[in-house]
Amino acid sequence: MQQRIDPTTVVGWGVDADPANDPTYPMRDVSRDSKGGLDWQRPTLQPEQVEVLRSTEHNRRPAVYGTSTPPSGLSGAIRRRAFRKSEGKWSHWLMLLAADRINVIEGIGDDLMHGRVPNIPGEMGIRSEMQHNMPGLIRKVAVTGAVLAVIAALVRSSPHSSTRNRY
Amino acid sequence: MLAMDYRGPYRVRVEQKPMPTIQHPEDAIVRVTRSCICGSDLHLYHGMVPDTRIGMTFGHEFTGIVEEVGSEVKNLKAGDHVIVPFNIACGKCHFCQQGLFGNCHEANPEATAVGGIFGYSHTAGGYDGGQAEYVRVPYADVGPTKIPAGMDLDDAVLLTDVVPTGYQAAEMAGIKRGDTVVVFGAGPVGIMAARCAWLFGAGRVIVIDHVEYRLDFARQYCPAEVYNFRSVEDPVFFIKKITDSLGADVCIDAVGGDAAGSAMHTLLGTKIKLEAGAATALHWAINAVKKGGIVSIVGVYGPTGNIVPIGNVVNKGITIRANQASVKRLLPRLIDHVQAGRINPKALITHKVPLEEVADAYHIFSAKLDGCIKPVLVPSSVDRS
Repeated sequence: MQQRIDPTTVVGWGVDADPANDPTYPMRDVSRDSKGGLDWQRPTLQPEQVEVLRSTEHNRRPAVYGTSTPPSGLSGAIRRRAFRKSEGKWSHWLMLLAADRINVIEGIGDDLMHGRVPNIPGEMGIRSEMQHNMPGLIRKVAVTGAVLAVIAALVRSSPHSSTRNRY
Repeated sequence: MLAMDYRGPYRVRVEQKPMPTIQHPEDAIVRVTRSCICGSDLHLYHGMVPDTRIGMTFGHEFTGIVEEVGSEVKNLKAGDHVIVPFNIACGKCHFCQQGLFGNCHEANPEATAVGGIFGYSHTAGGYDGGQAEYVRVPYADVGPTKIPAGMDLDDAVLLTDVVPTGYQAAEMAGIKRGDTVVVFGAGPVGIMAARCAWLFGAGRVIVIDHVEYRLDFARQYCPAEVYNFRSVEDPVFFIKKITDSLGADVCIDAVGGDAAGSAMHTLLGTKIKLEAGAATALHWAINAVKKGGIVSIVGVYGPTGNIVPIGNVVNKGITIRANQASVKRLLPRLIDHVQAGRINPKALITHKVPLEEVADAYHIFSAKLDGCIKPVLVPSSVDRS
């Protein structure tokens, strides 16, 4: 067990101690609670210049939104379908996660279509791994190589492959 | 302009992207001077947050110089150097009016349960973030705060999230003088939560993690008693043992969905995604807090669900407090703490990296290499000193 620290030696000890901080933030502030629903003076609405998917739980679009990466392709189609379901449904989120994974493949395809082979090791920070964790990198390469070798051996010895070899 | 570009789990790079433009009369365009990688960015980087789209720019902790403002911006002008809170908040809605700036209802079309956050997937509004040379800042009159004269930029950038989130973790915990506070997680937010627990009068502060270099830092910086959960076998039993079997008055979850320490949570939460992240720290916090105690959560989890011992919450009469930090609300007090020397944010920064090397910075932070606690990205056009 480590030695206890004397609180009185800590810089700033107790300066924000406040017995009135109970219950604590975040609390509903009834004095500022309008109780009137969506009755506040709204900000100006940002013009809708890209496709914005809206939660079914919003009955009006919030005033501003991000314009990054509008939905597109197959992943976009899945996202549009996901947004037909409310936030309370697991399927809403699982469809979005599935769309994210498909979007990764679309991203690689997009790179290739633009004549660019993605530098995946570089994007994964291999330079810093070599600089700071060379033994770990060697271990990962060895394990990956071993797993691939086992898979290759299994595929080669499967009945389907031997049948194909006979013809 | 140069900007970070997400390509998939564990893959990021820098790209030339179009300059952001004013999209709304309350927008500002800000030239970024510092931009941190946050522990919660790692949830995005690890592919855990739904609707994280390829090509997005992350980054919700940044400072910058105002380049241009929209027609309705009154408080800022070109040339102002500002701290930009990670929350995007209108200042007018039902929630902003109550100081709940992390829960604005006018900033995120994609979800009602999440406010708008810079560079944090479309689940948080689809805004490009500050890991770039320039960024669009909506509601520029509400969130951004001018950096006080004489304040170090490295202190200022940590006031956008790390310091407020750590401080609010301690504030939400309702710490009373003499309380025993256990903080799960010795990342930047956990370290700051432990430091701030003393400001609220804690009598004992304990930090639990498994990364030795971070525990060493926390021991000195907070200061705190620190324990490696891998060396105590059962962290909940251990905490009970060192608190006369009662448990801690307060437990703070400063880890979120990337927690280590439980094979079940790791499998379900981070590998096959049937939990919204590995809720190991939250599980321990609920079990290690005393009856009637408070569990304060600032660790980030996904929107689906987690397996935690909710029966123990009922049987022990635990209060759970949680929220995204309301940065705007806290900034005046926190600026005062920094200026008075009670909090030294910049001591957390271990790595200053050119924006061009963003892939290495993410990997170093994610893999906890080279003693990394907090990496900061600096565009090459900006002085790094």
